[in-house]
Amino acid sequence: MVLQHIFALIIKEFLALVRDKRSRYVLIGPPIAQLLIFGYAASFDLNDVPLAIYNEDSGATARQLISQIEGSPNFQIVGQVHRDADIAPLINERQALLVLHIGPRFSADLLLGRSVSLQVILDGRNSNTAMIALSYLRGILFDFNRNWAVQRGQRGPPAVLEVRAWYNKNLVSRWFIVPGIVGLLTLVVTLVVTALSVAREREAGTFDQLLVTPLRPVEILVGKALPGVIIGIIEASFIILLALYWFDVPLRGSVGALYLGLLLFLLSAVGIGLMISAFAVTQQQAVLGAFLFLVPAVILSGFATPIANMLETVQWLIYLDPLRYFLIVVRGVFLEGDSYRLLLDQYWPMGLIGLVSLVLAGWLFRHRSY
Amino acid sequence: MPVFTDKLARMRLRGMVRKEFLQIWRDPSSIAVAFILPIVLLFLFGYGVSLDARDIPLGLVVEQPDGDTASLVGAFRRSDYFSPVIYHSIQQAQVDLAQRKIDGVLWLRSNFSRQLLDGGESPIALRVNGVDANQARLIEGYVQGVWLTWLSHQAGLQGDVLPLPAVLEQRVWFNSALISRQFLVPGLLAVIMTLIGSLLTSMVVAREWERGTMEALMVTPIRIPELLLGKLIPYFILGMGGMLLTVLLARWQFAVPLRGSFWLLLLCSAIFMLVALAMGLLISILAKNQFVAGQIAIVITFLPAFILSGFIFDIGSMPAAIQVITHIVPARYFVAILQTLFLAGNLWPVVLANTGAMLLMLLIFLLLVRRKAHKHLE
Repeated sequence: MVLQHIFALIIKEFLALVRDKRSRYVLIGPPIAQLLIFGYAASFDLNDVPLAIYNEDSGATARQLISQIEGSPNFQIVGQVHRDADIAPLINERQALLVLHIGPRFSADLLLGRSVSLQVILDGRNSNTAMIALSYLRGILFDFNRNWAVQRGQRGPPAVLEVRAWYNKNLVSRWFIVPGIVGLLTLVVTLVVTALSVAREREAGTFDQLLVTPLRPVEILVGKALPGVIIGIIEASFIILLALYWFDVPLRGSVGALYLGLLLFLLSAVGIGLMISAFAVTQQQAVLGAFLFLVPAVILSGFATPIANMLETVQWLIYLDPLRYFLIVVRGVFLEGDSYRLLLDQYWPMGLIGLVSLVLAGWLFRHRSY
Repeated sequence: MPVFTDKLARMRLRGMVRKEFLQIWRDPSSIAVAFILPIVLLFLFGYGVSLDARDIPLGLVVEQPDGDTASLVGAFRRSDYFSPVIYHSIQQAQVDLAQRKIDGVLWLRSNFSRQLLDGGESPIALRVNGVDANQARLIEGYVQGVWLTWLSHQAGLQGDVLPLPAVLEQRVWFNSALISRQFLVPGLLAVIMTLIGSLLTSMVVAREWERGTMEALMVTPIRIPELLLGKLIPYFILGMGGMLLTVLLARWQFAVPLRGSFWLLLLCSAIFMLVALAMGLLISILAKNQFVAGQIAIVITFLPAFILSGFIFDIGSMPAAIQVITHIVPARYFVAILQTLFLAGNLWPVVLANTGAMLLMLLIFLLLVRRKAHKHLE
């Protein structure tokens, strides 16, 4: 390998990427905008859940319960219902996610020491949201029950489960998602940079010219791969800084372990991008290939939904997804304070994917017939 | 539009459509994109994307085994949600928790049975890995459920009832079993069709510019609206074919109930498909070359449809500024329509409002396309 050759090719690749004004914007603008937008948007935590109250009880106890709900940041009371028939329109038109029905004998029965039941009607169109809202409401009711028992000097509710969450004490969903976005956007940007690079030259005919220059295939491979890795490292670092200082996600582990993971991840992403590019005959096929890899790689990576919930066959397939390993690395280092040793099982598959795909891409450079 | 009433215009349009169909036929990758891709993706995601945890590895630390702990462990073993791993000391369990071998640890201390009899504060403690906050909260809820059921069962054995003043009785409409797949599959349909629609058209005009065939088209008498319609019609037909296949798959393979009208669903889908195609067309006109068109299509269609459409993350809980941004993501309206038509039925206020928004977006995209498309060289 002649360093000079590679260097010249890298400069050429960078020029090809940034010379077109629109292409430049695509590399810089959207990732930053998307981190900020997605960082705020992607969260399973609910705020101001619209809740309507159907209160048939005139007692003070019911009012006390309602004021506890009002005081919670999770709920916003959007209306009062006075008839059964009014419930359906509220839920159907999504004006309220849930309606709490307090029966006419609520206060009276409580005072008599009986157990009373409250009804809650939920919009199950998004069952996850419904379940989370329900758990918030249960929390409020739990406090209500305890206060009620304490005030009356009764036996408290049965043994309480004492829960403690490690690494993310308040269970902030954003701490889980924002480090994930580091992986997500880095993958998108690297793939966009590499997947079209060879296909474009193929279509323009300049790749043949490149092959007859004194550059050896390995040098072409390195020259094509390095710009992607460099851009990936710059973008990822920027996103990591934003995650730390804008979104206040704690970084507890070793930065070196994070960057080792990043480097291996980028190698595998660049390798797959170049492989797609070398395999495609036209740019259209390259874009198609990039999509074909990117979409499942993102959706099934464990970014939003756990891999453990997937059908087993899908789980096997996802071992090929470099993002799944990097997500564990980035979350492990950020939240769990992981270091090199704990992440070994994530490092080597990424390295292997990178190696195999790069070798295959280099082979395809020469042997892909038109 | 007066241009299409005269015979020549119709002829030109027909010619353009024919040319596009021939092009599609000769490079069948578009056909693969329209028919095979959505099916493969829906299969993959339908089986892959789920928020319903099953067989969660949960550590149970039993410091002093006796009848009570055995009965509680049995309750966890019978639950579909957990596959318990038994430990005898909290130290070993915590090591495994740190190494992600288990997702949570339930700690039954040595005084478990005594505390239980005394009605003491907390004979058991739960530690969960909170990295995935949503999952952690689910685990907490499931453990709580098993625990309370077990307690009331124990109380029942002693002829007692649990001293609970107020209990919550839940009624979940539209999806009473709380199966996440039932709302995820319609949402995935919207994400997949956004991709297919914009993929189909995002390269087609850019390709004409790059190959120089645009110049050949310029010297023909074809007018811009005919040119654009000629590009839209063939891909619309392809896209609707794919749409139909995925809807059938959702209904029959993934058993999502279709409670609304099938024809209404088809009509809304057609409008959405037009929006997605017009968006792709706009990208390809603005980009002028396939390289940039491909880049833009990847960056601005997929991730917003995934994250900002409300298919998995609740839009109502996003900050106000972000909620405004979600309004320019067409998938948002389609997700609302699909989830409603599939799970709830023909709820006109929801369908009409969202269809109206899609029509407005279609109009804006078409106007932009019309403005940016021109037949002269720069």
